[in-house]
Order: sequence, then C-alpha cells, then structure tokens
Amino acid sequence: MDAITFAVQLLNGVQYGLVLFLVASGLTLVFGILGVINLAHGAFYMLGAYFAYWISSYTGSFAAALIGATALSFVLGLVLEEVFVKRLIGRDHLAQVLLSYGLILVIDEMRQILFGKDVHSVPPPSWLTGSIQLTDVLSYPVYRLALCVICLVLAGVIFYVIQRTRLGMVIRAGAENRDMTRALGIPFDLVNRYVFAGGIALAALGGILVSPISTVFPGMGDGMLILSFVVVVLGGIGSVAGAAIGALLIGLTDTFGKVFFPQVSSILVYVLMAGVLLWRPNGLLGKKEG
Amino acid sequence: MSSSVTKGANAIAAVALALAVVLPFVAPGYYVQFASKAMLMGMLALSLNLVVGFGGLVSMCHAAFFGLAGYMLAFLTPDGGGASIWLSLPVALMAVGAVAAVIGALSLRTRGIYFIMVTLAFGEMLFYFFHDTKVGGGSDGMYIYSKPEIALGGMTLLDLESSRVFYYVALACLVGSALLVRMVVQSPFGHALAAARDNERRALSLGYSVFRVRLTAFVVSAMIAGLAGYFSAAQFGFIAPQMLGWHLSATVLVMVVLGGMSSVLGPIVGAFALIGLEELLKTSVEHWKLVKGLVIIALVFLLPGGLQQLGGMLRRQHEDVADAKAIPASAKEAASNV
Repeated sequence: MDAITFAVQLLNGVQYGLVLFLVASGLTLVFGILGVINLAHGAFYMLGAYFAYWISSYTGSFAAALIGATALSFVLGLVLEEVFVKRLIGRDHLAQVLLSYGLILVIDEMRQILFGKDVHSVPPPSWLTGSIQLTDVLSYPVYRLALCVICLVLAGVIFYVIQRTRLGMVIRAGAENRDMTRALGIPFDLVNRYVFAGGIALAALGGILVSPISTVFPGMGDGMLILSFVVVVLGGIGSVAGAAIGALLIGLTDTFGKVFFPQVSSILVYVLMAGVLLWRPNGLLGKKEG
Repeated sequence: MSSSVTKGANAIAAVALALAVVLPFVAPGYYVQFASKAMLMGMLALSLNLVVGFGGLVSMCHAAFFGLAGYMLAFLTPDGGGASIWLSLPVALMAVGAVAAVIGALSLRTRGIYFIMVTLAFGEMLFYFFHDTKVGGGSDGMYIYSKPEIALGGMTLLDLESSRVFYYVALACLVGSALLVRMVVQSPFGHALAAARDNERRALSLGYSVFRVRLTAFVVSAMIAGLAGYFSAAQFGFIAPQMLGWHLSATVLVMVVLGGMSSVLGPIVGAFALIGLEELLKTSVEHWKLVKGLVIIALVFLLPGGLQQLGGMLRRQHEDVADAKAIPASAKEAASNV
C-alpha cells in the first residue's frame, strides 16, 4: 500500500470514527445522565437521515435539511422524554430495553407509512460536490473532507459544553453521582429532558451528515446502534472522552480491517471489544462501578 | 407464592399438556404446525428466563444461540438426505455450548447495562459472521432440504417429515426442557443463582462462586435455546442470519416479560400469547408492527408483571376475595426479578 492510498484509508477511518463519535456520544450521555438504556438510538439515526431526505427533497437545500431535521429530532426527543422516558427512570433495565424495542417497531412502521421503504439519496450542498484529484486514478470527495471538519467542530462544541459551561458541569456531576446532584437542588428533571433530546439530536445529526455519502435506507440504524454500543463499552458509560477514543479506534479498525483482512473485517471490532473487556471490563475511561 | 397458586398453576399446566397431546387429532394441520412453531419459541423463551428471571441477567444474544444451532444442522445435513440426529444434535448443542461459554465468560465480567450491551454486541458478531461471510450462504442463508433422521440400525424410529410426529417431538422437547429448568431452579444451584441475583455481594460472602454459577446457567440456557433453534431450523427447512439477529432476542424478551418471569412455565404462555397475537395482527392489520410496538410499550407501563398480573387482577374482580394482597405481591415479585 503506497502512502497516498494509506492516507486516504486513514482519512476514511477517521471520518467514520468521527460520525460514530457523534452518534455514540449521544448514547453515552443518555446512559450516563439518565441511567436509561436506549435501543432506539439507531432508529433516530435512521430517522434523521429520512427527515433530511424529506426536507431536502422539498427545499433542495442541504443546509435547510441539516437544521430542520436536527430540530425535528430534538423536538421529538423532548416529546418522547415527556411521554415515555421520564416514567422509566429508576425502573429496571429490562423495562427500558422493552420500551425502546417497542419504540423501534413504532418508529420503523411510522417511517414506512410516511416515507416508504425505498432507498434514497440526499444531494450534498453544491459547493461541496466536487472531488480533489490526488493521483491519476485516485480522488477524494470534497464532502467527505467537509464532513470531517463539521464533525470535528461539533466534537469541539460537545467538549466545550461539557467541560466549560454550567450545563456541562451539571452533566458531569450527574454522571458522577446522580442522587448527590439532585440533593444539591439541581433541577434534574429538566436536565434529563434536554440531555435525552440532545442525545437523540446527536444520533439524528449523524444520520443527516452521512446521508449525502451513503444511501438512506430502512435498516441503516441497526448497524449503527450496535457499533455505538461497542463504542460505549470500549470508552466507558457516560464518558464522552471515552466515546471519542472508542469511536476512533473502531473507525480505524473497521476501515483498515476491510483493507487487510476483508474476510473477517466485520468480526474485528468485536474482537477489539473482547480484548478491552478482558483488560478493563468497565471501559477504557469507565468508572469502577458500571 | 402461596401453595394454592402453585396448585392452580400445576392444574392449568396438566390441562394444557392434556390438550396439547390430543391437539393433532382434533385440529387441522395448519394449527398443528403453528403449535409446533409456538412450542419451539416457548422453549426459547423458557431458556432465556433461566438467566433473565432466575439469574437477573438480561441477555440479548439468545437468538444467536438459537440460530447457531440451526446453522449447525444446515452444515451437518448431507445433500439428498437428512442428518442423523444422533450426530447432528449433540454436535450442534456442543458448538452452542462452547460459543456460549466464551461469550458468557467475557460478558459476565460486566454488570447491568454493560451486560445488555455486550451480549447484544456479541450476538450481532455472530449475525455479521453469517451475514458477511460465505460460510453459511451469506445473507441468503441455507436450505435444509431434509429433516434430521431419528433412526437406529438403519430403521427409522420417528419420521420428522410427518408434521404430527414433529409436533410430538417438539412437545417432548418442551416438556423435557421445562422439567430440566424446574429441576435446576429448585436445586441448590438454582438457589445460589437466585441469591446472586438478589444480592451479589451477600452471595459472594456466603462463599458462592457467583461467576461460575452464572456462567453455568448461561451455558445451560444457551444449549436449551440451541435445542429450540435446531428443531426450528428443521421445521422451516431454512436458516438465515435474521434468525440470530437481536430483533428476535428482543422479541423473546417480550415473551418472557409477557408470560411472567417468576415462574418456569410463564414464558411459554408468553410465547404463545405473543405469537398468537402476531399471527392475528398479520392477517388483519396492514401495519401490524406498529400495533406490536404499541402493545410492547403498553406492557411496560400498564402490565409490568405480565399476564400473571392481568390474571390476578381479573381473579380479584371476579371473586372479590379477601387475600387481595397475594396478587400484587406476586406481580411485584415478578417486576423485581430483574
């Protein structure tokens, strides 16, 4: 493998990892703060992409799709928190698993009713459509580069919010010790609601951002859900920094695995997970008590 | 649980068994096949409940064990004939047991949410293994043209191609599995498993090797799931990656909760109820999955104790009995057995 091909694969792996980070950070925050396991996270990733397709097919504008679909998902998250999730906090994990599985079925069928089951694509913004010629045969799409930049900016925003703002302080405190934070008089129900909606919005955002480079199809959320779980297991529940490390590890493992070991590439990330479980069962940056 | 409730449950089980034995003589073939399918699902739910209900371990990879056994049968079925059950069944169950031992040993290093996620991920690992590689025909799956042969010295003892014989074999497997699980649950081993569920630290300090107890239960449960999967694959004559995907694992979990986790037989009832409902919805409603999803959501909020709780509520309304306390207690017991 020559240097340019290697660089392209490296870029692909990083870009995949960054998208995975967006989705998984939403999942790990909801775990960490609400203590709720959400199997429907992948369904929101899929829904985000369909919202983006829907809005962009009417407006023709990717920016409108990006903002509109994110906002729609956020509002949907607020509603679901109010109607269902709020009642689940403190219930056992089994109830949470069942509720979110029920939600998946409902969301999937609603998607079927509203958008059908056809495969769609979303055009990227026109000024990002070209590709950069690397060699005579190799070129790299501009949108993929832009995607990296957008994800990096979003990752920066997430870290800034969590490390530097008051809201972030509350989130970190809540992930550390939920009961103590509540005892200190933090309006935790409100925090819960916005963290849940924000987590949903992050999953949707992942789906929206990849919609121009991958197709929009019904089963797209399933694979993402499992990989997000692996990311959270690798990084440790509630740890956004852990999610970043886990996501990049998986992005690179998967991309280079497909190049070097195409036969077993889909198994490699799980082997990675098994290794981490043997070494640190609570994740690379996880707390002692899971 | 009071002894009168147990007696009632035993009486119901006896009546159900008697009905099951005569069913092939009174019902048309479609129902016999449907009942076979439901019994095998009930077996899967029964096996899952050993770890979920009695072990407090929410496993999300039991469909993988179910499907893996089916794939083993497909691999061991020769062209133009059936596999010998004496060889293929033990090999399939051993393979499932070995895989479950590895997955269990890794997953049981974690607790709670982690355990759910890790079992889900390992289950999907098997799914992608069969989906993405050519080992088992990729996403198309594999056909099993002939059912396994139960023969001795070249003489066919039972012909599984007959749907009535198949039904009785499935019934025997279900009854056998239920007896096995009941024996396990009532044994000192089962008490240790339940003790670890209720208070892991206390069980440890009493000297139980919690890890070993849980791993054993996990492997036993996986092998019963494998037995169900082996016969399911034989019944459909087909195995595909979907049969080891996590959607099936989640559906079986719904069966377990629906039927009630505090009893051995509850999950079988849950399996029949859910499969019956699905069958009904499929023929009458276009968007039946929407209804199924709503039913599951309703179950979580309105009926956390499953059908047992519903039965209790109905009984209380009808008889207006004095010992009303026993019913919410059993429902609460079911809800806390997580």
